[in-house]
Amino acid sequence: MLKSLFHSQIALGFAQAAIASVLALLVILLARRRNIHLESDTAVALLRGIVQIVVVGSVLVLLLKAPRWSSVFLLAGMIIAAGSISAKRAQNIPGARKVSTYSIAAGAGLVTAVMTWAGVIDTAITSLIPVGSMIIANAMNTNGLALNRFRSEVLAHAGEIETALALGAAPERTIASYTEASIHSSLIPAIDNLRSLGIVWIPGLMTGMLLSGADPLYAAIYQFVVIAMILASSGLTALLSTMMIRAYVFSPAEQLVLRENA
Amino acid sequence: MSGSSGAVVLRTEHLGRRVGELWIVNDISLEVHRGELLGLVGPSGSGKSSLLRLLNRLDEPTTGTVFLEDQDYRLIAPPELRRRVGMVTQRPFLFPGDIASNLRFGPAQRGETLPDAEIAGLLERVGLPGFAARNVANLSGGEQQRVSLARALANQPEILLLDEPTSALDEHAKSGIEELIRNLVSANRYTFVLVTHDRDQARRVCDRVALIEAGRLVQQGTPAEVLGA
Repeated sequence: MLKSLFHSQIALGFAQAAIASVLALLVILLARRRNIHLESDTAVALLRGIVQIVVVGSVLVLLLKAPRWSSVFLLAGMIIAAGSISAKRAQNIPGARKVSTYSIAAGAGLVTAVMTWAGVIDTAITSLIPVGSMIIANAMNTNGLALNRFRSEVLAHAGEIETALALGAAPERTIASYTEASIHSSLIPAIDNLRSLGIVWIPGLMTGMLLSGADPLYAAIYQFVVIAMILASSGLTALLSTMMIRAYVFSPAEQLVLRENA
Repeated sequence: MSGSSGAVVLRTEHLGRRVGELWIVNDISLEVHRGELLGLVGPSGSGKSSLLRLLNRLDEPTTGTVFLEDQDYRLIAPPELRRRVGMVTQRPFLFPGDIASNLRFGPAQRGETLPDAEIAGLLERVGLPGFAARNVANLSGGEQQRVSLARALANQPEILLLDEPTSALDEHAKSGIEELIRNLVSANRYTFVLVTHDRDQARRVCDRVALIEAGRLVQQGTPAEVLGA
């Protein structure tokens, strides 16, 4: 119906966005009848969402015309932002931002570089940026989960850790089991994504490839490739960040400095 | 009780620790002699446990230092320092598994294996003969604290720090641990520093006491001199 009313694709997009927003607002009205007030939050979120995504779309228009090498700077910018965001999950651990940025850079950067070199990811900016951003975003989530769990484990087991230190154990030995638990739990989403691939969910990238006319079998295999790359980069990021964060949890004199009352 | 007559094993010199604006340990100089049981007494929050944590460098002093056998402890690698200056905490924090594996933990950090005979001897000494294979999950509070003591002794420390080891125990278990500590000092010439807020306990078990108030060393001497009869 809308397509017959709008001849410009941009105008059509805004009309579609308006209808989707009206549906969301109807839900808000239903909630209001049950005395659940979500009006202002939702209105702001809808407005913010449309502005942000239009800005991103405009940037993508520019990107399509940008030289290939510019994607390196864009990915680097994403890594810095990702390091800053996921460091917030490791409240009170000094150095978390530095550790997060370096770990994501190494984990996501290495996997993206190797796969680009191998020809799995195309060097075209329209391919490298979306795939690279997926790898970085997932590495960021994994890093945040790993550091958050690590912090909780160390704070909850400070007595056990100091007991082991007092018996002459090296710092890395005292936190080995907590590090392992942190890495394991942080990788659960990435592993579950791989397990449920095609059964529970068909990811956006595959959907996009199908919509743009790619061979369905190739789209499916490529989706597996992306999810496997995400697992590799997330795993490497979690391993590195939990290893590097040790230097900030213990002092040079092998004292536990990350304590609730320290 | 023997009183202190042995050589100085450990000496603090103007030891202090500041947290924020507060001096929780303030300019404390004292000596611990070989084979004595020195009590650190004082009200809750006076800085006794904070002082104890400085003695094995679990915390870093803001001022001063500690000498172990006349050597500045900052020159000793932390794992070696903590082997020589052992610690038993208020809560035992036993590692999951059997008692023998807990006793083997310290020596294993240096690549040593504690022989079964030594485990049996240590458990005998702390009043738990034949307990080596018992799982720590099935022990009473008093038994756990005895295992914690044996685990610290398995490292053959020159001095052992005891941080309120009986405060979480009932009266019966408490008197058992007190008797055990006293026996270890008398019969085996171990050197202990005991933190306690219980003045009666200090009178019962200590050779000497140091009274700590608001982070400062107020007085030291025999229990009768410092705490009265």
